[in-house]
Amino acid sequence: MNIGVVVFPGSNCDHDCRYVFREVLGQDVTMVWHKETSVAGLDAVILPGGFSYGDYLRTGAIARFSPVMQAVKQFAAGGGVVLGICNGFQILLEAGLLPGAMLRNKSLHFICRETYVKVENAATPFTNVCRSGQVLKIPVAHAEGNYYTDPVTLAGLQANAQIIFRYCTADGKVTPEACPNGSLDNIAGIRNAEGNVLGMMPHPERCAEAMLGNEDGRMIFQSMIASLGQKTLTGVR
Amino acid sequence: MPLITQDLIAQHNLTGDEYQKIIDILGREPNLTELGMFSVMWSEHCSYKSSRVHLKKLPTTGPRVVQGPGENAGAVDIGDGLCVVFKMESHNHPSFIEPYQGAATGVGGILRDIFTMGARPIALLDSLRFGELHNPKNRHLMKGIVSGIAGYGNCMGVPTVGGEIVFNDIYSLNPLVNVFCLGLAHQDKIFRGTAAGVGNPVIYFGSKTGRDGIHGATMASDSFDDQSEQKRPTVQVGDPFTEKLLLEACLELMEHDLLVGIQDMGAAGLTSSSCEMASRAGNGIELDLTVVPRREPGMTPYELMLSESQERMLMVAKAGKEDDCIKICRKWDLDVAVVGKVTADGILRIKDQGNVVAEIPAKALADDGPRYERPYQPPAYQDMLTNLNYDAVPDVKDADAALLALLESPTIASKRWVYEQYDHMVRTNTTVRPGSDAAVVRIKGTKKAVAMTVDCNSRYCLLNPYEGARLAVAEAARNLVCSGAVPIGLTDCLNFGNPERPDIMWQFAMAIEGMKDACEHFHIPIVSGNVSFYNETNGLSIYPTPMLGMVGLIDDVDRTMTQWFKQEGDDILLLGSCREDLGGSEYLKVVHAREQGSPPYLSLDTEKALHDCVLSLIHDGLLQSAHDCSEGGVAVALAESCISGPERTLGAVVGLTRGRLRKDAVLFGESQSRVIVSAKPGNREAIRAQAMRFGVPVDVIGTVSSDRLALSLRDKETAELVIDQPVAVLLDRWAFSVERALNQA
Repeated sequence: MNIGVVVFPGSNCDHDCRYVFREVLGQDVTMVWHKETSVAGLDAVILPGGFSYGDYLRTGAIARFSPVMQAVKQFAAGGGVVLGICNGFQILLEAGLLPGAMLRNKSLHFICRETYVKVENAATPFTNVCRSGQVLKIPVAHAEGNYYTDPVTLAGLQANAQIIFRYCTADGKVTPEACPNGSLDNIAGIRNAEGNVLGMMPHPERCAEAMLGNEDGRMIFQSMIASLGQKTLTGVR
Repeated sequence: MPLITQDLIAQHNLTGDEYQKIIDILGREPNLTELGMFSVMWSEHCSYKSSRVHLKKLPTTGPRVVQGPGENAGAVDIGDGLCVVFKMESHNHPSFIEPYQGAATGVGGILRDIFTMGARPIALLDSLRFGELHNPKNRHLMKGIVSGIAGYGNCMGVPTVGGEIVFNDIYSLNPLVNVFCLGLAHQDKIFRGTAAGVGNPVIYFGSKTGRDGIHGATMASDSFDDQSEQKRPTVQVGDPFTEKLLLEACLELMEHDLLVGIQDMGAAGLTSSSCEMASRAGNGIELDLTVVPRREPGMTPYELMLSESQERMLMVAKAGKEDDCIKICRKWDLDVAVVGKVTADGILRIKDQGNVVAEIPAKALADDGPRYERPYQPPAYQDMLTNLNYDAVPDVKDADAALLALLESPTIASKRWVYEQYDHMVRTNTTVRPGSDAAVVRIKGTKKAVAMTVDCNSRYCLLNPYEGARLAVAEAARNLVCSGAVPIGLTDCLNFGNPERPDIMWQFAMAIEGMKDACEHFHIPIVSGNVSFYNETNGLSIYPTPMLGMVGLIDDVDRTMTQWFKQEGDDILLLGSCREDLGGSEYLKVVHAREQGSPPYLSLDTEKALHDCVLSLIHDGLLQSAHDCSEGGVAVALAESCISGPERTLGAVVGLTRGRLRKDAVLFGESQSRVIVSAKPGNREAIRAQAMRFGVPVDVIGTVSSDRLALSLRDKETAELVIDQPVAVLLDRWAFSVERALNQA
């Protein structure tokens, strides 16, 4: 399996994503420079976290004009699996691959800490090894993760089971207190209508090894690998 | 060209003697540009003119040292062909004037020092000092400084994994912002700031040069002609995005065989980077300012040479490799220009529009600045500080209240409000997050991990600068040891008042002696550092604050230890013994409003034995937790072990032997060389045997319980329950106190 990790100027979780796929899960990884105009031959594309273009103007607002984003749009339109994490999610919103927008966190501060998210839909290429309703502990690290959209779009997301993760308590209750950033309907991650593009604010690549005290995030990547129907996971560390 | 007047010399902070020395070196009067260049390079900040005679006493060598002081940062061998590159720097004055940008550019500056050496930065820590939070100005400073650190470090993708903050009104008008950075490099790929090879091209890259920060290093007020408005020194403005590009470009340049030397443009910008690189190689450099990328037209040679615009670098490339270098810089969207070449004559020669505008021997600027052996003597008030009549201090009556007061004093309370604003997990190496004795990051591709701590009890240093500095070294090492790491190197950031005052110089000289003695005893080399003098406002100096950043090595990351209790039913043991050490304690300050007395007694032999013992216990897998006793003594250390765990809290039932000591000394005294550990009961005898082997006193003092902290003091016959609190109450006071103090109306 060949996973592409896009590198924008200012990406800073690109190495972490590469490490998880290559060293932890034993997959091939190709780093894709943002000036590339094609992502052909890749099995999936990751838009990693960071501060693309310094997040100047608005998070993800400039990155969406990078040449590679045209290629990513084509890839997604053809059914290719795309995962945007944190800044990657913000870029997917700006690029129109997912609906809605990000506001600053309710606290107006950058927040880096563990959160719990509830898997609301386990029938996706990103969650198929999870149980529906399962609670995962995955950390967030962002200043703009306060998801917002208009009521009609929100209703559509809810009706089509496009909300994949909601912030919740450790025992799975979706409460306002469990939401770190003020996000609408406690949204932590959504997919597109077709189901092949996911954006999520929490960082699964930060919790995919026992040494880091938490392996829940690994399930996201294992799901992707499983859904792409390739290499088995046995034998890799 | 204006005439060099007495006023102009004074405005450049040069003395008459220093000016005469410039004339002697040049054999003529300098022009204005040259005067400016001398003034920044001979400033205290760049030349270390008051500190150098003392600094050279410090131990800087050892079997692991790859690079000692004198380069952009120090480097220490960690095996596997790798070394850690680290340094700590201050950004105090700019942070007081403009907290966000001052702190942000402090982070930017230290990051450049690390990646200039060929190391990828993998961890940041910060030591901050603020006045107390009842003062709205201090709250404003703290919020701004924390945001600035977060804004820069988070964008760079370098995790801020730890630090410490102390609150004391002495810092109200002079807060301290000291930033530590550690990077990882291959030992055979360390880069240095040298301009070797006559004829090699000198290349400028990074941001454009602007008029910001001119004279940051020397002048504090307005300038010297009717255009002073344009020359007013300002705090530099940071651009972490450009710095991130600069980082990636540098590391890519270094992967290829292109560079001879490289140095960042920090204080004194283009002047310091060029003359220092030339001087280290015994060469000269010729620069043509005409091609220097600039933000605005009309900048003079004076401004270009003295600008402290951020995110700029100077490299000396191998001849013929210019195009390869330029290509990589352009890939990362950076400005780049070949601005000069290395020459054989040892002269830093600056040209602009075809004219020579400055011509100075590089060595004269970089190394031949003035050196002072400033007079020093203890201040008259020193005895008054240390003489504390304990009979006038009543022993503690309500120990519960005292413990709660200590836990919620911002110096001791949880700094969660701060570190949650820092990305402390990016790069996926952080195995011990903020909130334990030391931060730990694993080294990918090995079994190893590196532990880091920053430490200094400046009240101890005020009361006795020699002892205070020894104590700082001991505590930093103890913090590392408690995480299972062997200390391997130290960087310092020495914050003091005005060195022209004999009492301040005495504090400085004594602190150096203390650091020297302790480091020699523990075999910990000091590989880099920074001196920040003139930390005083309206004649009031800060407490002497020789901040230390210490680095330790953990051979097996699975043997990392943390400070919080792990399991109900575990033994709690105290290693070390208790004395009547109340002088300079947090307890005396918080409960009795006194900052007096002699700091705690420290025997370096006892301390070293404790370190060896704790490391051995951790290595043998006998412990569940280990926590250093420091501010607040045993009672606070026990409470922290109950409430600081990331997953859950636990309680403790503890009995301490009082003997003839005061109650408050047993509970809250800050006797050194003590560690509280917890262990499975089955390991009790093995621990006792090991402790005896190292000559360390050990006492089983209690048991980990569920939800209360109960602490009794024992005499021969009686036991008195002096502290009994639900852990939830302790947690509430400790966890949210800083946030509450900041959000008060």
